[in-house]
Amino acid sequence: MKVGLFIPCYVDQFYPNAAIATLQLLEKLGVDVTYPANQTCCGQPMANSGFEHLTGGCNTLFMANFKEFDYIVAPSGSCVLHIKEHIHTSNHEDDKNISGKIYELTEFLTDVLKVTNLTANFPFKVGLHQSCHGQRGLHISQMSELVEAPFSKPQTLLNMVQNIEMIDLKRKDECCGFGGTFCVTEEAVSAKMGKDRVLDHENNGAEYITGVDLSCLMHMEGILKRKNSKTKVIHIAEILNAS
Amino acid sequence: MIQELKDHATLADDFNKDEDRVGWHDDTLWWIREKRDKIAWQVPDWELLRDAASNIKDHVLSNLNPYLLQFEANAIANGITVHWAADAAGHNQIVLNILREKEINKLVKSKSMLTEECHLNDFLADNGVDVIDSDLGERIVQLAEEPPSHIVLPCIHKKKEEIGALFHKHLGTPEGNSDPQLLTEAARHHLRETFLSRKATVTGINFAVAETGEFVICTNEGNADMGAHLADVHIACMGIEKIIPERKDLGVFLRLLARSATGQPITTYSSHFKKPRENQEMHIILVDNGRTKQLGREDFRNSLKCIRCGACMNTCPVYRRSGGHSYHYAITGPIGAILAPNLDMEKYSDLPFASTLCGSCTNVCPVKIDIHQQLYKWRQVIVQNGYAPKAKELSMKMMAFTLSSPFVYHTAGKMGRAVLKYAPFTVNNSFNPWYKQRDMPEVPSASFGEWYKKNRN
Repeated sequence: MKVGLFIPCYVDQFYPNAAIATLQLLEKLGVDVTYPANQTCCGQPMANSGFEHLTGGCNTLFMANFKEFDYIVAPSGSCVLHIKEHIHTSNHEDDKNISGKIYELTEFLTDVLKVTNLTANFPFKVGLHQSCHGQRGLHISQMSELVEAPFSKPQTLLNMVQNIEMIDLKRKDECCGFGGTFCVTEEAVSAKMGKDRVLDHENNGAEYITGVDLSCLMHMEGILKRKNSKTKVIHIAEILNAS
Repeated sequence: MIQELKDHATLADDFNKDEDRVGWHDDTLWWIREKRDKIAWQVPDWELLRDAASNIKDHVLSNLNPYLLQFEANAIANGITVHWAADAAGHNQIVLNILREKEINKLVKSKSMLTEECHLNDFLADNGVDVIDSDLGERIVQLAEEPPSHIVLPCIHKKKEEIGALFHKHLGTPEGNSDPQLLTEAARHHLRETFLSRKATVTGINFAVAETGEFVICTNEGNADMGAHLADVHIACMGIEKIIPERKDLGVFLRLLARSATGQPITTYSSHFKKPRENQEMHIILVDNGRTKQLGREDFRNSLKCIRCGACMNTCPVYRRSGGHSYHYAITGPIGAILAPNLDMEKYSDLPFASTLCGSCTNVCPVKIDIHQQLYKWRQVIVQNGYAPKAKELSMKMMAFTLSSPFVYHTAGKMGRAVLKYAPFTVNNSFNPWYKQRDMPEVPSASFGEWYKKNRN
């Protein structure tokens, strides 16, 4: 099983530690994983802004980098969802193939590798942020709007971590307000959403906020730092890889 | 006076100047969302019920013409006069003509989002007809000379103290008194007089049953009934998508509507109107106003399934923090943002962008409209039609150029990180909307790509 590691552009540039943790975690679990050096971005920033027609270059590049792998894994629900739903190249069979084999990290661990135990240790109080695209887009966990049995792939994995203490939130799956270019075009609402989300974690004693998407975490980190909060953000891969 | 057109972001920015108020607005609507969750969980087959409603509406949209004709024939047989209006202007003129023929210049109106969409009140006022809204929330915003900010809860943006001041000014309640009981009682007396003195009433329609030619109006205050039972002329207005095939379908929709809207099992009044009373005239106006155009848009046609419950507004984290007026359209929130561009793509080009695409709206929608997917699709259509701001277009082209080439991307990444590290003042300033309320991420010494090259190859 050959796995291609897809590291979204902003993770590559700003959060290399999350990417390193993802790589190390997969290696620890015996996965044959490679990072194709010529990858850039999934194209989502343009597409969500209404410029999907400008994503041809990104699509072609993504196809060239990842076509040959059995699976593609990324530490981001949002970028995975974008590729799954919107990759369009000249070859529709190839597009379908990519959509079928791309996974967000936690769903790859629970659904493909069927991980049942981890050696990780993380002795902190942690709040789980349900990133919308992973949750409502990829269905990696149940959603509070639906009358259906609860489940959560990220939580299943966090439950395997030693000494971790999960905190409850008042609103368990509200959006953090990042929303791509929304965070600058609708600055006031975006920041207010971020402030409210962060406060819920702080009020419930979270030392760390974790999640499957660094975009949400980056947004909340910006707000936490501005208010000199003691609460920090950490990508779920870094917890699952912590020793 | 022509007012400067403000877009959603600007109006939302204004709304956010009072952060405590935003918090209050958000909490109030979230409370309704939670009520909705609680009552939905009491129906074990809730998701099946949503499926059923969605399927019925899909079926209606695919057979709209025969159902409308069947409804018309049955309504006429029941003694109702049926009118067809192509657009808002046509609809308003029909209402005015009916009133003029009867020499009526005073009207009582129960809630109808269609008449808001058509700006009926303004049109009638310009033509010398006095309109009083009888829904309490609508009456409040009417006194405040504002449009409704929510389709189910028109004055949800107003605090009770503000309503107290408004009632003191217009209805003579004691100054400084905002006791809800007292204010409601005052409104009751005021409206009772209105009901008794008006010879004509306009109501909306929630469901029109093709099988029987009857229509159903749902209210909590009984104000539609009061108007209809006392007036000599009852004019009921509906968008053509309000048709349902059979009476038994109400068993699906009435269970979903109030639960989704306010977390009630059913509206206090679900009144069926089938034929006029003796000596009463009953009219139905069937209005298109862009609906057939929307029906022709493959990606957006199923927005016409909407039953106007407002659940998407209550759950929308953006709506809750920007207020209904920031949508500058009669139907606010996520559903309004996918309906409005159909009517005027340029004027409402900002609305589909007023969302993080979190998808909560789609999940609460009782008729399963894929609202957030349609928001995404409208963005593409709006850009393709040339309604994107020029600066945004340029930055998107630059971004696409950078991200399409690994070399340019790696170089730009390195430069970007260097700028952030050595010249942070270039981004940490008031020209950067991110920095206004958020710090920039810390700059790592190397990208993951650079680390990987060193450590794994």
